[in-house]
Amino acid sequence: MEAMFSIVIGVLIACGVYLVLRARTFPVVLGLTLLSYGVNVFLFASGRLVADSAPLALPEIIVHPDPLPQALVLTAIVIGFGMTAYAIVLALKANGELQTDHVDGEAGE
Amino acid sequence: MNHWIVAPVLLPLVTGALLLVLESSGLTAKRTLSVASTVALIPVALGLMNVAATGEQQIYYLGDWPAPFVIVLVLDRLSALMLLLTSVLASASLFYAVGGDDTRGSDFHALFQFQLLGVNGAFLTGDLFNLFVFFEILLIASYCLIVHGGGSARIRAALHFVVLNLVGSSVFLIALGTVYGTLGTLNMADLAVKVATADADSIGLVKVAGLMLLVVFGLKAALLPLGFWLPAAYRSATASVACLFAIMTKVGVYAVLRVHILIFIDPAHGAFSLETWLLPLALTTIVLGTIGAMAASELRATVSYLVVVSVGTLLAALSLLTRDALSAALYYLIHSTLVTGGLFLLCDLIGRQRGTVQARLDQSQAVYQPLLLGSLFFFAAISVSGLPPLSGFVAKLSILQAAQASTAVVWVWGVILISGLFVIVTLSRAGSAIFWRTEDTEGEARPVRGREALATGGLLACAILLMVFGASTLDYTRATAEQLLQRSGYIDAVLANESVGVPASMRIPR
Repeated sequence: MEAMFSIVIGVLIACGVYLVLRARTFPVVLGLTLLSYGVNVFLFASGRLVADSAPLALPEIIVHPDPLPQALVLTAIVIGFGMTAYAIVLALKANGELQTDHVDGEAGE
Repeated sequence: MNHWIVAPVLLPLVTGALLLVLESSGLTAKRTLSVASTVALIPVALGLMNVAATGEQQIYYLGDWPAPFVIVLVLDRLSALMLLLTSVLASASLFYAVGGDDTRGSDFHALFQFQLLGVNGAFLTGDLFNLFVFFEILLIASYCLIVHGGGSARIRAALHFVVLNLVGSSVFLIALGTVYGTLGTLNMADLAVKVATADADSIGLVKVAGLMLLVVFGLKAALLPLGFWLPAAYRSATASVACLFAIMTKVGVYAVLRVHILIFIDPAHGAFSLETWLLPLALTTIVLGTIGAMAASELRATVSYLVVVSVGTLLAALSLLTRDALSAALYYLIHSTLVTGGLFLLCDLIGRQRGTVQARLDQSQAVYQPLLLGSLFFFAAISVSGLPPLSGFVAKLSILQAAQASTAVVWVWGVILISGLFVIVTLSRAGSAIFWRTEDTEGEARPVRGREALATGGLLACAILLMVFGASTLDYTRATAEQLLQRSGYIDAVLANESVGVPASMRIPR
């Protein structure tokens, strides 16, 4: 499970970084989204991976996962969602104002 | 518990929410509410400073849960100082904005309050994850404020600003995940304890997390390889927004001061020293900022690069990590925030009276009120370049004095002094281009309104106040530096109510 988990995080982050460096607004927004997915999954793992167990400190559950990272991930997802929405609106606005989707506002292909 | 500690967070929150509800009510009502709430922050901050000056950290346990599980707000000398600085700068900026800047886009006042909420929260929180949350609050407000007024230059600068900061937030979260995964806590005081007792396996990961946090804070503070967004963003922002943003880079500096001094500089591990990483970068930032200021062809761009220079100077002094250097850095922080804020407002006043040329350093018509604006500019230039007798001189002198004890004294003295010389040359060139090399036509008759003059003059006059009350200000910053370096005080204060009142069955073994 750990190997699978870390490969997923690695692929998400690598794709995210690649897309952010594309310097066109649409790939950049996609890249930011993938980055935040990768980060959220990573944050989730910081409380250690536990299978088949509820995040509750009940007497009958001996090994329970740490609930705090799950709360942190929830916060991070909400914030990331809002930020992505704003980035999309800004990218659309930039496309209208600058007549190009290049992040530096340079014209042409 | 002193409930006033939470007031600098709650007041802008409630006001901002009210302003959104009152969207359809008149402009006058919104302006009155916004100004009243912002100005009310000054007495609150003064009161809190009075409390903090006793030297004891005041802790506010939200919901009264026991540490380290509780979310804490910590008031010490440093946070009280930053709160006061924010409230003064924000009041001046808002006074200026009600002169007309606030009508150039929607929801200016609500966004302004949310920005204050984020900044004040970041200064008060004692928890790394909440530092992240407050950073995001101030960032989302700043994303909207930076495009306030519209126009393609602002949109382009905002796009860079937003994308860079979103990537920065991802790095911040990765650092937080690493910290939590290795040490199992995010409470700053608890972290400081855990780092000291961390085993050899995890200390490497902790150092990585510390450096990642340095990258994030460096991005906010516009430290060299991460600071290229700043000049474009600040020069294109609306004047009152640029003035308020003078505190934004200082939030990054504050975070380095708080987090790295408290947690990551543990002599027991010989952990990474800020001097090796931060000092060369900070000095290069000064050099780059100076070159940029000299090359700029517009006054607002010059001032933006002066912000970069001030960040470099601040971080260079801070990275020496002695009591005197920190004290000098804090004094410089107060001075540079207020004076660069005032300079951004002044640039706008000058630009408005020069017609189409705006604040570009080209030959054009004279300004309408050369005496008023000229003397304000002269005054600001003396202060910001560090000539005697104003506060800039006191600040730079104390930084240079504090650097004497360091091994890098030659570099610090050389870079700061030479950069100061070039800043003087740049500002005198800019001043003569604007006020003397003029055509024989009348300036645009848009005289400065009283409120705007009050806001600009008020901020610049702080340079005099800081000089007159220099000794007592330096006493306060010296005590602040001592309190920062005395880390056990902070740790003991936060963890004082540890596990009090928690039933034994709920206690998590540590």
